[in-house]
Amino acid sequence: MSQPRVLLEIPVEGNNFTTAGEAASRVKRTLQKLGIDSALIRRVSIATYEAEMNIVIHAEYGKIVLQVDAGGVTVLAEDRGKGIPDLNQAMTAGFSTASDRARAMGFGAGMGLPNIKKCTDQLEIDTQVNVGTKVVMKFTYPTTS
Amino acid sequence: MKLIAIQKLLNATILTGKELLDHLEVKMICGSDLISDVLSFTKERSLLLTGLTNPQIIRAAEMIDLCGIVFVRGKRPGDDVIRMARERKIPLLVTELPLFESCGVLYNAGLPGCSGLSLATGGDKSVAAPRPS
Repeated sequence: MSQPRVLLEIPVEGNNFTTAGEAASRVKRTLQKLGIDSALIRRVSIATYEAEMNIVIHAEYGKIVLQVDAGGVTVLAEDRGKGIPDLNQAMTAGFSTASDRARAMGFGAGMGLPNIKKCTDQLEIDTQVNVGTKVVMKFTYPTTS
Repeated sequence: MKLIAIQKLLNATILTGKELLDHLEVKMICGSDLISDVLSFTKERSLLLTGLTNPQIIRAAEMIDLCGIVFVRGKRPGDDVIRMARERKIPLLVTELPLFESCGVLYNAGLPGCSGLSLATGGDKSVAAPRPS
C-alpha cells in the first residue's frame, strides 16, 4: 500500500454559514479532476458535507483533510469544540442538538452522523467533551471485475 | 420527463438555467425542507421541491448532482443563491403551488419519489396501505 497523499487541508470556521460547504465542494472538484468513480465521489461528497456542517453547527473551528492512496479516499474532519457527550445517541437517526438558527436553514434533522455512516466504508469517531471531535471517513475504490 | 415539461405542469417561473430545461431528464422527485433528508434519500437525476431558499440548498444540490430545484409556495431565493446555482449549472424554478400540491401534480403525471416504495405492487418494494381510521 502506498503512503497516503494529502491533497487538501481546508480550515472550517464554526458558525459561519456563508462559507459552509466550500470545503466539501473543493473535495468534490478535486476528486472529479482525478477521474474517480462518480458513485464514490457522491458518497464522499455527502459524508464530507455532513461532517463540515457538523463543524460549522457545533464546533468553534476545525479542518477538513482529503487524502488518497492506492486503496481509496480518506477524509478527516477534526474540530475544537464541545465534543459529543453520548456518541450512541448522536448516531441515532432523528436525534439532534442543532441550534434554532441551523434548524431554520434546514439542518437539525438528526441525520448527519447516520448519513455519514451510511456513506462510508469505514468510520472512526474520537470525541472528548469540551475538547473536540475527530472523524475519520474511509472510502474504498470499487473493485473492477 | 424533461424538466421543461415539469416547468409547464407547475406553471413555474424560471430563475436560472433556461437553456438546460430542454435537455435535463428528471427520473424522480424529492419534496423536503430538511437538508440531511435530501442528502440521505435523494438519488441522482432527482428534482428537489423545497421551501428552503438559503445558499446551503445549492451546496447540497451540488453534492448530490440534482437536476434542479423548484421553490414552492412562491418563495424566491436571493440573487446570491441564483448566482451560485448559475455557476454550478443547476436550474432554479419557482411555483406558486405549495409543496404537497406540487408533489401531487408531478406524481399524477407519472414521476416517482426517491424511496422506491409503492403502496401497490409494482414498485421496487411495496408497503401495506394504511387502514382508514
